[in-house]
Amino acid sequence: MDAIFSWLSSGIPAYARLPELLQHLIPMVLACLICLVAALLFVLMANWGERKIAAHMQDRLGPMRVGGWHGWAQPLADGVKLLLKEDIIPAEADRLLFRVAPVLVFVGGFAAFAVIPFTSSFIAADLNIGILYAVAITALGVVGIIMAGWSSNNKYALYGGMRAAAQIVSYEIPAVLAILTVIIHVGSLSMQEIVQAQRGGVWNWFLFRNPFTFLAFFVYFLASLAEVNRTPFDIPEAESELVAGYHTEYSGMRFAFFYLAEYANMLLVSCIATTLFLGGWTGLLSKPLLPGVILFMTKALFLVFVQMWLRWTLPRLRVDQLLHMCWKVLLPIAFVLVMGSGILALK
Amino acid sequence: MKQYFKDIFESVWTILLGMKVTIKHFMGRNKTLQYPSEKWNLPERSRMRLFNKIEDCIGCGQCVRACPVDCIYMTTEKRGKDELPIYASDGTPIKLRVPQFDIDMSLCCYCNLCTYPCPTHCLLMTREYEFAVYSKQEFLYRFAKDKPLAPPKPAHHAAHAAPGP
Repeated sequence: MDAIFSWLSSGIPAYARLPELLQHLIPMVLACLICLVAALLFVLMANWGERKIAAHMQDRLGPMRVGGWHGWAQPLADGVKLLLKEDIIPAEADRLLFRVAPVLVFVGGFAAFAVIPFTSSFIAADLNIGILYAVAITALGVVGIIMAGWSSNNKYALYGGMRAAAQIVSYEIPAVLAILTVIIHVGSLSMQEIVQAQRGGVWNWFLFRNPFTFLAFFVYFLASLAEVNRTPFDIPEAESELVAGYHTEYSGMRFAFFYLAEYANMLLVSCIATTLFLGGWTGLLSKPLLPGVILFMTKALFLVFVQMWLRWTLPRLRVDQLLHMCWKVLLPIAFVLVMGSGILALK
Repeated sequence: MKQYFKDIFESVWTILLGMKVTIKHFMGRNKTLQYPSEKWNLPERSRMRLFNKIEDCIGCGQCVRACPVDCIYMTTEKRGKDELPIYASDGTPIKLRVPQFDIDMSLCCYCNLCTYPCPTHCLLMTREYEFAVYSKQEFLYRFAKDKPLAPPKPAHHAAHAAPGP
């Protein structure tokens, strides 16, 4: 945001004569728009990518017709379709909560993009508690999911909402503990400082810094997978058991918002994992050869690809298996990692 | 405790194995044939649409007798003694004219039994399989070229070719 501010004030001579409130508001809106457009573009691309990846992993082709080249316009066509669909609110639904829920789910995921450091200069808000903010604001999504499940007045939607709550709240703990192993070494919660601590080539990334942070990356990756309800942890929307889970009753644009939130969340957790463990916008060598944003997005998109890869490899877990994995496997491991990482940081 | 770590190791290992399988398929060639633009190369002896090369047909009627579903309709007339002698492409003299040689492909069961007895090999199954039509009547293929000398007998297929009200 500061970068946009200085760019605007140096580029436009009359900018300093604007009211002070506007001077600060315009960069905020611009940063927000950049993130929003980037997120929407990503959602379109990821939607197409996921279909293609799924198809090729099953020896199919996926969408091939819409738009000419390998069906690239398929997500656009789907988006238009969803916009044109009837917006149905069930008669017995809680109308206010039903309308607010999809917005809340999307806002929860999207607001966390404010602290993602795409480059050394472009970060919407370099909060000194950046990672804490990201963890806290994404928890807003759970509220939205429970609201959606409850207000639909449908037993499957409610089941989905309850499962999502149980799952996301439990997996928050190993995820945060895995983040903590990195925080101990950095000594700061600011996202930009976490990246700065990993400068100087691939061996300074926290993924390879020491065995504890190495394992912490996998703990975080698994836990984040559960937090964004991706397979094998997609029991909140398990289609073979719960129709569609918490968004069973949603249609049209409101349904699209849930979809948008799911993909935006995928990118978000990948971005956080990139920032914490894969060196953010730093390159493989100590001298950067490519622009930071390209390095950052390459790493983040690779993690998104791994998420999709896992989705088309693994079957869905049962609820008890899911909770077993969180409380009996990931949590003890995360505790050991935090302690080991702390001991290493002491010396 | 030992079992606990063994379980963790095993699950991680099996996940990696599974990922290896999916990435192999991801990199490998897909099996989809994009039908209208790409077509499967059919086996040489595929049994699809019937075709009769009427110039070689001697009107012996063996195909009519062989057909298990009676979907071939044929009427023959004797050729006049004063007419020029004609021969099929394998040299068999053609002594009958064939004013009607109809095959109802909507009834055909694609058994190929009619083509075996054909002495001049003029009735055969082609590899043509895209012959969907809008009405059942269009499935009645009329191969005959000779004009009948006398008005033909009422066709036996008319009963099903034109369903009642």
